[in-house]
This record gives sequence, structure tokens and C-alpha cells, in this order.
Amino acid sequence: MAKCLPNTGVISWITTVDHKRIGIMYAVSAFFFLLCGGIEALLMRTQLAIPNNTLVTAGTFNSLVTMHGTTMIFLFVMPLSAAFFNFLTPLMIGAPDVAFPRMNALSYWIFLFGGLLLNFSFVVRLAPDGGWFNYANLTGKAFSPSHAIDFWVFGVQILGLASLIAAINFLVTILNMRCKGMTLLKMPIFIWTTLVTQVLLILALPVITVALVMMTFDRTFGTGFFDPAGGGQVIMWQHFFWIFGHPEVYILILPAMGIVSEILPTFSRKPLFGYTVMVYSSCAIGFLGFAVWAHHMFTTGLGPWAQALFSAATMLIAVPTGVKIFNWISTLWGGQIRFTTAMLFAMSFIAMFTFGGLSGVMHSSPPIDSQHQDTYFVVAHFHYVLYGGAVMALFGGIFYWFPKVFGYYLHEGMGKAQFWLYMLGFNLTFFPMHFLGMQGMPRRVFTYAGDQGWNLWNLVATSGSYVTALGGVMFVVNIVYTMATKKKKAPADCWDGRTLEWSLASPPPEYNFAVDPEVKNLDDWWHQKYTHDGRRLTPRYQPDVDPATKHLPHPSFWPIILAAGLEIVAIGFFFDEVGHYISVAGLVVTLLATYGWIFEEA
Amino acid sequence: MSADAHAVHHTVTGIDNRKFGMWVLIGSECFLFGALILNYLVNRDRGLVGPKATDIFNIDITTLSTFDLLMSSVAMVLALHACQHREIKKFRFWTAMVILGGIIFLGFQYFEFHHFIHAGLGLTTNVFGSSFYLLTGCHGTHVFFGVLWLTSMLVTSFIRGKEWFPSVQLEVAGLYWHFVDVVWILIFTVVYLFVYL
Repeated sequence: MAKCLPNTGVISWITTVDHKRIGIMYAVSAFFFLLCGGIEALLMRTQLAIPNNTLVTAGTFNSLVTMHGTTMIFLFVMPLSAAFFNFLTPLMIGAPDVAFPRMNALSYWIFLFGGLLLNFSFVVRLAPDGGWFNYANLTGKAFSPSHAIDFWVFGVQILGLASLIAAINFLVTILNMRCKGMTLLKMPIFIWTTLVTQVLLILALPVITVALVMMTFDRTFGTGFFDPAGGGQVIMWQHFFWIFGHPEVYILILPAMGIVSEILPTFSRKPLFGYTVMVYSSCAIGFLGFAVWAHHMFTTGLGPWAQALFSAATMLIAVPTGVKIFNWISTLWGGQIRFTTAMLFAMSFIAMFTFGGLSGVMHSSPPIDSQHQDTYFVVAHFHYVLYGGAVMALFGGIFYWFPKVFGYYLHEGMGKAQFWLYMLGFNLTFFPMHFLGMQGMPRRVFTYAGDQGWNLWNLVATSGSYVTALGGVMFVVNIVYTMATKKKKAPADCWDGRTLEWSLASPPPEYNFAVDPEVKNLDDWWHQKYTHDGRRLTPRYQPDVDPATKHLPHPSFWPIILAAGLEIVAIGFFFDEVGHYISVAGLVVTLLATYGWIFEEA
Repeated sequence: MSADAHAVHHTVTGIDNRKFGMWVLIGSECFLFGALILNYLVNRDRGLVGPKATDIFNIDITTLSTFDLLMSSVAMVLALHACQHREIKKFRFWTAMVILGGIIFLGFQYFEFHHFIHAGLGLTTNVFGSSFYLLTGCHGTHVFFGVLWLTSMLVTSFIRGKEWFPSVQLEVAGLYWHFVDVVWILIFTVVYLFVYL
């Protein structure tokens, strides 16, 4: 069946197992969900523009807060990072594809269905409203009797499964499929941060899986893990959630750090400063990331010992992060800097992330943290880290690798306009939130009285969010313009890059490398182009060959069918009478798809 | 389990991708069971109503089922050995023994759950019961999938005939099976033996 599938058209995308196409699908889906999350943010900011506003109700506001956070983390930043992992990992390590191409497609479809399930809650007017961390016992059956919380629980459970499958795939790919000569310390830095991210995913996801299963049992089968009435403990959810949740923030930021560490050297025409230290810092951040979860819980009464320990660990994790910041600055120092759009985004990452990091270290002190807890100061902090940090870096990555992916440069003028709109809008929105937080404005309130002294900064923040939205529009116009006019064709090595993907045509052929690459140095492609004293050499670009001569994994229908089966299992939990029949039917589909998969020729 | 194209690919570590993937999955599963065991340890004495662990555990029967599961691991080793040495009869016999061991273990677990429920400890009776069933149930589900997996391989062996020796695939299944056994040793110690501390 699989062999006679077409190479173009919708079917070819549904059945594809090509890591490059899957990467593109991840990115497109992520931007669709960014639109959802962005509209939610604009609605919230509009509601908060003036005191005593009645644009949305308190209940709707709760749903907007919850869905904005959940969407931006699980449906935008993570899948957009996954898009980069997918497209770049095999190209950067000189491999024909990932280790398990069909599993790669499977994780994409599971992710997409999970995201759609989560957002379907809006259609049936049952959007989750328990916050992105879904704290018990607010989310127990007693206080949240409808299926709203179930959408969150099953949505995140499914998304977690998708990430876990992808993580196993990428870990094996990176450690097992590198080309000849690429030892661990000759891997591009982006591959290193990807690797550490996968380790974090592999170890953190099972913890949230267990917590979500416990919550499902509490809500569906009547157990009382998080119900004090029967001996359970509310605090257990918080511990489980943050044992996952803190590594999760490094899962969001590490790929962004990797992207920045690729962009800065290219546009400074200098190697990354302190590559080895950067590698060790990434590992240290990954390791310490598991030891700081309770700093989210300083106000729950952990006791002095736990507070002292987690406080110290949190301060410690700032050290490798600080090392990285100095390394990035040193990379720029004395370089021949080209201020392309990608470079602007990458440089803004350093500044914005440092801001967010500094306010983060403030929270490592329990007495200060208890003043900031649940105020807008915290909102300002994590938006500086995740938006000013991760999202700016991801946009930089889009501008940097777009010519590689599609063969055309994005419009630089529009890109720079978007960048400045983003910088202005972002800082207008989130910098005043520091003041609001210090003045005591709590998070997640749907409105406020006019006499609190919060009016001005709220209005400023809201106006900033519209500037950001304008930047978003600019980005869409840029993409549409570039793909419609196809004006500026990109050569293979369009930025004078350093890593192996630039030795391939833009866009790369389906089979990736015609000749298996062999590397001798870190930044091997650069060393193929230049001698140590800067003389130009003639590098060998990858030749074009007939694709028929290359063995490629066959496309397959089974990943999407298997993912649909799992989705049906989850859907069954939303129906009272016939629910278990639906779930069992889903299990049968999953099982049949598994067997179909196994006996299909890969 | 089809002949994967990647099997022929040279890998950096020299370990087959599928085998490597299973090791990584096992790493992840350690944290899954770690979380479940921690949850059990936190909750085991927190049941407010209903029977306690000391009231209902039957160490003799659980020892027997533990022995059965450990023996199935021995059978697994022998099945893989036979497969690698292309001895079709032994390969099928020992694989069948692993499956039998798994089914007997699941039978013990069914009997145990049945017994506990009759003794008054249901899933929702108290947090001790909920944590106990969640942990052992999760392990039982893993055993069930292992049985399903190995049964599929045994059936495939009869379909594909006497020249089919899926050593790598069986080794991957074996890794999974041994891991599930090791987890049971941990559960047996923490859940059933710690009661006597």
C-alpha cells in the first residue's frame, strides 16, 4: 500500500515520514495555535485596559488565562522548538533522517490531535479554567464538576505522550546517527541543547503523566488522592506538577539558547565563545533544573530547611545561565557584526533574557518571593524569560533558517519592522507589570477598582499588546509576500554559515546528503570554506543525485490512524453513558494500527 | 517488527536504534514508577477508613507470584539464547514459557485484587488503597502489554516459519520484560516487605 502513495498533494503530507516536512507541519500548527493564544492574550489585555471593565465575565477570563498559558507553552513554544529539532537535527549531524521516521510522524499527529482536543473545549463552551498548573483541589469534582478540567487533563496527557515519543526519537537520533568524525564535542551547539532538552523531557514527562492519571482517577473514578477529606493531600499535586513544571521551563528555553548560539557566531563571523563551557553549562542547567521545583511553592509552608535548600539551588542555577550570557556577549565582542533580522532577534534575546533572569533570581529568596507570589511581578518575570527570551529567539531562528527550508529569503525590511514592533510592544506590555506587581496587583483577576493606582500602567500594558499584535500581522504579511512573489532566491550557503545544513541546497533534497559527510572540526563547514588565517577555500557542496538511487523510508498511513485511535480513547472519557464503549473502540483502533504499522514495510 | 531499514544502518554507538530506544524508554519508565512508588510511600499510612496493609497482605501468595515472574525472566534469557543460536523449537518453547509466566502472574494479581476487594479495600475506599491499586495496576498493565507483545512474536514465528529468528526484536522485548520484572522486585520490597519493618 505504502509504496504507491503520491509525492505531492494532501495525501503526501498526511502520510509523510520525512523529517523536513514534519518539521514544517509542526511550525505551521504552532503558528496556528499562536494565533489562538495571541487572541486570548489580546482579549485579556483589552478587558484590563480600564478598571471595572465588562468586556468578558470573570468565568471567561479564567478560561482565557488558563488557555493562554497552556496554549503558549504546550501548543506554541514546544511544537515550534520541535519544528527546529525536526528540520535541523538530521541535517546538522549529517544523517539521512531521524532514527524512527514513522514514530516522528506519530508524535506530530498525536500533538496535533491533542491541541485540537484542548481547543475544542471553546466550541462546546467548556474551556478549562483551573490555571495552566491546574491546582488541586480547585480542579476536583467538588469545585469543577463540568468536563472543562477534563479537556485540560486529557489534552496535556496526549501532548505529553507526543513529546515523549519525539524525545526518545531525537535522543537516539543524536547519539546514534551522527556522521563520521562528529564526536560529541564536535556537535553544533544547537544539537547539544536539543539533546539536553530531550533528556529533560524523557525524565520530566512521566511525572506529569502520573499526576494526570491521579487527577483522572480522582475526577472519573472517585479516588481521593488530592482530597483531604479521605486522607489525600492537595500539596501532592503541586509537588508532582512542579517536578515536571520546572524542568519544563528549561525545556522551553534550552532550544532557544541553542538557536541564539547558532545565529550569533554566523553574523559575528566568529566561533561561539567558549563552546565547551556552553555545553557544560547546558548540562548543568538540565541537571539543576530538577532540583529547584519547590521554589514555586515557597508560600505553601515547606519549612526552613526545604526553603533554604531550594533557595540555594535556585541561586546556583543562575551561575551556568550567567556563564552563557557572558559567552554570548564575548561572541559578539570584536566580531564583524551584520545586523540582519535574525541577528536582531538573537541579540534582543540576550538583553530580554537577562532582564527575566535577574527578576528570576530575586524570587529565589523566600522572603522576597512571598511578596511577589501571585502578583504581576511574576507575570512580568516569566514573560521576559519565555517571550523576550524563548519566543524572540525562535523568531530569530525562523528568519535564519527560512531560506534553508523554502529556498527564499524573508523580506528583511518587513522583518526589521516586525522586530522593532515586537521589542516596543513587548516592553510596553511587560515592563510596567513589574510596577503593577510591586504595587500589589494580583495575577488572574478579571478586573480591578479604579482607585488602586493601577490604571495608568494597565493602559500602557494594553496598548503595548496591540503594538505586538501589529508585529504579528507584519510577520504574516512577510510570509505571504515572500511565498507569493518568490523574489529573493537563497543560495545553499545563504548566510555564510558554519554548520553542515549549509552545505545542502536550499531547500534540501528529500534524501538530505548525496554523499555521507565526514567532519574533522567543530563548525566543520566553516573550516571547509576558510583557512585559519582567513583565506578562502573552495568547499564541496553536496551534489544532486537521482532520488531513486537513495533508499528513503516509505510514507505511511498508520501514524495518523494510531494517533486518531489514542484520541478516541480520550474522547470516551467525555461521555457518561456510552463513554467506555468509545474508549474501547479507540483502543481497538490503536491496537489494529499498531499491528498494521509493525507488519508494514518501512 | 518488520525488517527495519535502519537495522542495516551503521550506528555511532554500535547499538541498534530500536534497542537504544528501548533503553531510553526504560529511563523514562524509571521516573514513571518512581513517582508511583513515592506516591504510595506518602499515602500508605494515610487511609482514614477501611483495612490497612497489615490486615490484608498475604506474603506467602505474593512471594509465590514474585517467584513466578522472576522465573519468567530466566525463560526470557533462554528464549533469546535459542533465538540467537537459531534453534526454532527452543526459541518457541521458551517464549511460550515467558508468556505463561506472565499470564500466571496476572492471574495471581487478579486473585489478589479480588481478595482485597472482598476484604473491604476498594479503589476508592481510602488513599492507601488508591495508591496501591494505581501502582500495582500500572505494573500489571505493563506485564499485560509484555504478554501481548511476546504472544504476537510467537504467533508471527508460526506464520513466518522456521527460518525467522528475530534476535534484535526479541532482545528489545526482553529488555522490556526484564525491566518490568526489576520494577516488581522494587514494588515487592517497598509495598509488601516494608510492612514488616
